[in-house]
Amino acid sequence: MKILTTVKRVTDPDMKVRIQPDQSGIVTEGVEYKMNSFDEYGVEEAITLKEAHGGEVVVVSIGPGAATKELRTAMAMGADRAILVETDADLDSDAVARVLAEVVGREEPDVIIMGKQAVDSDRSQTPQILGSYLNWPQATFAYKVEIEDGWAVVGREVDGGTATKRIKLPGIISADLRLNEPRYASLPGIMKAKRKPLETLTPDDLGVDIAPKVKVLNYEAPEERGAGEMVDDVDDLINRLKDEARVI
Amino acid sequence: MGFYDNFLTETHRMFRDTATRFAKEEIRPHVDAWEEAGEFPRELYFSAAKAGILGVGFDEEIGGSGGNAMAGVMVIEGLMQGGSAGVCAGLGSLGIALPPIVQSGDQNLIDRFARPALRGETIGALAITEPNTGSDVAAVSTRATLEGDHFVVNGAKLFITSGVRADFLTTLVRTGDDPHGGLSFLVIETNRDGVTTSAPLKKHGWWASDTAEIGFEDVRVPSKNLVGAEGSGFFTLMGNFQNERLALATYGVATAELALNEALRYSQEREAFGRPIKGFQVTRHKLVDMKTRITAVKTLVYQIAHRMEAGEFLVEEVSMAKNLAAELAVDVCFDAVQLHGGMGYMRESLVERLSRDARLLPIGGGTQEVMKEIIAKQMGL
Ligand SMILES: Cc1cc2nc3c(=O)[nH]c(=O)nc-3n(C[C@H](O)[C@H](O)[C@H](O)COP(=O)(O)OP(=O)(O)OC[C@H]3O[C@@H](n4cnc5c(N)ncnc54)[C@H](O)[C@@H]3O)c2cc1C
Repeated sequence: MKILTTVKRVTDPDMKVRIQPDQSGIVTEGVEYKMNSFDEYGVEEAITLKEAHGGEVVVVSIGPGAATKELRTAMAMGADRAILVETDADLDSDAVARVLAEVVGREEPDVIIMGKQAVDSDRSQTPQILGSYLNWPQATFAYKVEIEDGWAVVGREVDGGTATKRIKLPGIISADLRLNEPRYASLPGIMKAKRKPLETLTPDDLGVDIAPKVKVLNYEAPEERGAGEMVDDVDDLINRLKDEARVI
Repeated sequence: MGFYDNFLTETHRMFRDTATRFAKEEIRPHVDAWEEAGEFPRELYFSAAKAGILGVGFDEEIGGSGGNAMAGVMVIEGLMQGGSAGVCAGLGSLGIALPPIVQSGDQNLIDRFARPALRGETIGALAITEPNTGSDVAAVSTRATLEGDHFVVNGAKLFITSGVRADFLTTLVRTGDDPHGGLSFLVIETNRDGVTTSAPLKKHGWWASDTAEIGFEDVRVPSKNLVGAEGSGFFTLMGNFQNERLALATYGVATAELALNEALRYSQEREAFGRPIKGFQVTRHKLVDMKTRITAVKTLVYQIAHRMEAGEFLVEEVSMAKNLAAELAVDVCFDAVQLHGGMGYMRESLVERLSRDARLLPIGGGTQEVMKEIIAKQMGL
């Protein structure tokens, strides 16, 4: 089975983000980057499926040259090879999906496993848009995946509970955070990953125009949270949630 | 671009990412309980080994993870995100216990001691200091006398990190009378008859690390446990101090960075006289001074690691960095506690622990004064 999985290089979610004075973006000086955490679940699932069913895991990222670090991290976890579609441009979900559709055309995987969203932009769109471009079935927000006879049986997180969906492969699965516990990119694994193949392409090589359809006009920091207040007792708390915060 | 980018490769960053994730997931959630209990679970050695963290700086052929001086710096930086230098020191005791064994090239010793420790199955410690001597290594008096195919060991070692739980001790013993040339390394298993281990010593800081006094009374140790040539102990030890001091300098910088982050957060949150305390110029300047010194010392530490990785032997500079980083950590922690006011004196504040842990840095691995003596000698004074 050939499994394609995707990783996005995102700003470290544990760092405090600051906005540029002209609101054009975030301050990147001194910022550390990591693999999007939902993609860690996706990569883990891809490797687990390969361990159970055999085959190959190909990991793809679209982004700056420095994203080789996130690709090598996925290979350190156990992916077999990597493809970087290199661009420094601002990308919207649609452009990412169109680039991925071309990669899928070349690679012809049996299944695609992606993070359900990226923790920087939090859009949760790319797997779904890719599904429509490829005209493939999709099962989003997976907490459980089983592959049987050319089908994937996917347990999904849905509002108020869970649901199970059976999709015919090839198809797209997006990973939620109960899906598994991503293994570490172990240090010996990192050394091995240096020797695994990493192919670099550009959007042009794939014939994709990545000009965005969605443009971000400006970024603003959320209002700073004020100091907390002590309440006298539970009754006081309930009253104030009712009368002041108006949330109950 | 980050300020330190010219020192760091992609592999370095990946090492740090893994160690950071390990610290955040496996250490930080439990760290307060471990600190209060005075130890962390033995299984942590195993999970750290599985992630390859214990193996940093050791060759892949013997079960290590590869990597060099800067890789070691990265792993410590990452692990310190767990918030406990004691946990790092306990996990890292093999980092000082194994090098003499590995460098000897003795396959028998490597198989029996290095490989299991790198798998996280056994705990190793380095035993140099004695009740009557620390800085003056040449005064070590624990004696190992050869009787047939065994050494008979008598003496005591003090302040041994991981000593309470250690399975084996890479021990500096006196096999001859020459102050320097009479010292040898001998691996002593702690389950041998005549080895006594104290309860964990109660310490000012590094609570999660078990520290022991160990006694040897007519302990019979097979001569095949001798590490390298007889009489080579002192010189092996001096060679390995570079890495230990670089590691301690890294602890210093990482401690100061954690303390600064806490101070920044608290001075934003805490209000006095109607404004956040960072609204006072004196507070802002204090935070600025912390960051300025951290940047300077961290740059030196990275520069040294970078040059050591290229094979340079930087006795003088490493000693300088160790002193600077130790003073940095002590001073920044003092100021960070001060900015926290009474809260800084409470055990629930991370800065309280950091300030206690920092105090070890000008003492352990060679005191501040001993570092200065080394530098003076290098300067030809
Ligand atoms: C938490 C902790 C963990 C440790 N872990 C280990 C371990 O794992 N293994 C191990 O072997 N040891 C360990 N040590 C011991 C440590 O290495 C020694 O404490 C240190 O080297 C200092 O030796 P000492 O305590 O005997 O002090 P001393 O040598 O007695 O020094 C006392 C004072 O005299 C000063 N002094 C000594 N000589 C000179 C001089 N020539 N000129 C000027 N001043 C001088 C010193 O700087 C110091 O201020 C540990 C210590 C601690 C606190």
